[in-house]
Amino acid sequence: MSEMSAVPPETSEMTMAAAINSGFHLAMEADDKIVVLGEDIEDPIGGPFKTSKGLSTKFGTRRVRSTPIAEGAIAGTAVGLALGGYRPVAEIMFFDFITLALDQVVNHAAKFRYMTGGATPTPITVTTVIGSSHFGAQHAQSLEAWIMHTPGINVVMPATPHDAKGLLMTCLRSPDPCLFIQHSGLLYSRKEQVPVGPYAIPFGQANIVRPGRDVTLVTYGTQVATCLEAAGALAEQGVEAEVIDLRTLVPLDFPTVLASVERTRRAVVVHEATQFCGPGAEISSRIHEELFNELLAPVVRVGGAYTPVPFSKALSAYPTAEKVVRKVRELM
Amino acid sequence: MDQTLEAPVGLAPDALARMYHLMLVTTLADKKSAAEAKAGRLQAAFYPVRGMEAVCAALGEVLRPEDRLISTYRNLGDALAKRVPLRSIMAELYGRTEGTSKGKGGPMHLQDQSVGFTATTGIVGAGLPIAVGLAMAAQMDGGGSATVVTFGDGATSIGAYHEAMNFAALWRLPVVFVCQNNQWGEHTKITDYAPSPELAQRAAAYTIPTERVDGFDPMACLRALQTAMERVRRDEGPTFLEFVHYRLTGHTGTADYSYVPKHELEAALERDPAPTFRRWLIDNSLLPEERIAEIEKQAEEYVEDAFAYARSCAFPPPEALYTDVFADDSWVRSLSDE
Repeated sequence: MSEMSAVPPETSEMTMAAAINSGFHLAMEADDKIVVLGEDIEDPIGGPFKTSKGLSTKFGTRRVRSTPIAEGAIAGTAVGLALGGYRPVAEIMFFDFITLALDQVVNHAAKFRYMTGGATPTPITVTTVIGSSHFGAQHAQSLEAWIMHTPGINVVMPATPHDAKGLLMTCLRSPDPCLFIQHSGLLYSRKEQVPVGPYAIPFGQANIVRPGRDVTLVTYGTQVATCLEAAGALAEQGVEAEVIDLRTLVPLDFPTVLASVERTRRAVVVHEATQFCGPGAEISSRIHEELFNELLAPVVRVGGAYTPVPFSKALSAYPTAEKVVRKVRELM
Repeated sequence: MDQTLEAPVGLAPDALARMYHLMLVTTLADKKSAAEAKAGRLQAAFYPVRGMEAVCAALGEVLRPEDRLISTYRNLGDALAKRVPLRSIMAELYGRTEGTSKGKGGPMHLQDQSVGFTATTGIVGAGLPIAVGLAMAAQMDGGGSATVVTFGDGATSIGAYHEAMNFAALWRLPVVFVCQNNQWGEHTKITDYAPSPELAQRAAAYTIPTERVDGFDPMACLRALQTAMERVRRDEGPTFLEFVHYRLTGHTGTADYSYVPKHELEAALERDPAPTFRRWLIDNSLLPEERIAEIEKQAEEYVEDAFAYARSCAFPPPEALYTDVFADDSWVRSLSDE
């Protein structure tokens, strides 16, 4: 299976949540070793965001189990299942709750292959959701940089329904642990045509979602839309911005990023995660190291403010298209 | 608890010989590792098993090859119980490629997939939820095989322990929780960190059958483990066993242990598993003295050979740094600036 096939595949209009649900159904049909653990994932609830809807009905509650509220044991049980030959999915309801599962994710899943000289690969998929300020500061944080900083686990963050399904299916076949990060703001906000059948999008392949010659906007997740909006506004001002959706943060597709910036000679890295020590710091640094002499201006980062996520809608910690436009204008 | 060992029921002399051999090898390898560490020849931080030998020897008799064992870092006896060759254990301690984990894990991460010694964790309590997952896998595979997880008394304080007990009881998983209560959580005495030093009580709260066992008595250990393993093999759910003994050394191979109350250590040393077992075997005419002498000679040679072998093995090549992070090394190598 690949992204491209000779005959156009049958498609259907899906939200990201529906596309993820479709990916689960297809992967679990194809591989009876896939087992899903998480809070409230069994029908009729089908998960807090309905991404596991129908799974327990179709595959049974042995393979799709609602668990006690115990993130550490959800992740630890997944690690044990993987060591026992299964392909477990550990659903962590909100990304913030991964704090309670980090020992198993960081100290065990991510390190087990290495610590045993390759004898104990631990292919678990941790799925989680970034909430929003509607829930306050403990259900809204973007913590991907923490996990990127832990060698041994893939970090995946789709921006579209199509990518969400294809990347999830790659997670569920990966020989390595994966963290599949969804954003609540993307799960139901937009529909698109998604292939009905199975397909996999390889890790480490960024997607140039808008070509441009003047500046490269490197981003992922919710900020792909922000950057596309900014690129539209910039085009009206005669500035052609190229927008790169990284899709996976580990492995990170540096060749695509560097090739783009080599052409445009300017770059802005945009993400919701806190700018300070965020993923953009690594990306910006790498661009400077590789392309210092090509750059017409320093790489700029636009990330979340160094604050917990505030509740009131009068306060926003996140990047906006206006801010991205302003930062690009300052580079020109 | 009774200070005398009970006579075995229907235990073959070979089993008694194996148990004595395992206790001796553990004791001797511990001692030699400590000497090597103190001499600066062994860089490893390692955690002596002294005091726990009887439980390990009993584990060696109840575990089948298809059973899985998850251990915590005080793991030498567990590895031997699962029949991991001492040569590969020692090569791992010396950080050599012939080690159980190619020298990349060290003593805290011994494993051997070929014998079902699935993993050792260096994080106190973390093995329990992993064992829950392995037991769930075994249950889904159709049952019959057991998962055993060993951990110290200190592990019963951490959240992972409680979460795992809850999962295991809820799903009636085929797992045996083996608590090695050596009375010390690192350098803190059990009465200083637990409101009730009877840890089996904590498991009982989860409706898991529990037993408090004299951990210095290999026959009592064996009986308790046999019962638990039979329950698991009949798919009757988990068991929690608290083996009460005493740590006979410091927390690590080189750590200060001057804080141990002298009378407690002296009393515990009176029951030192290997010599006590030896006396008992002779007093009850269970093994001829010549056989015992033979076992002792074999154990010494086995340990000497393993250390000599380990020191003769090669260190991992520099490129091993980047392998085994992921199945495919290419992205990891692309980040290297060499």
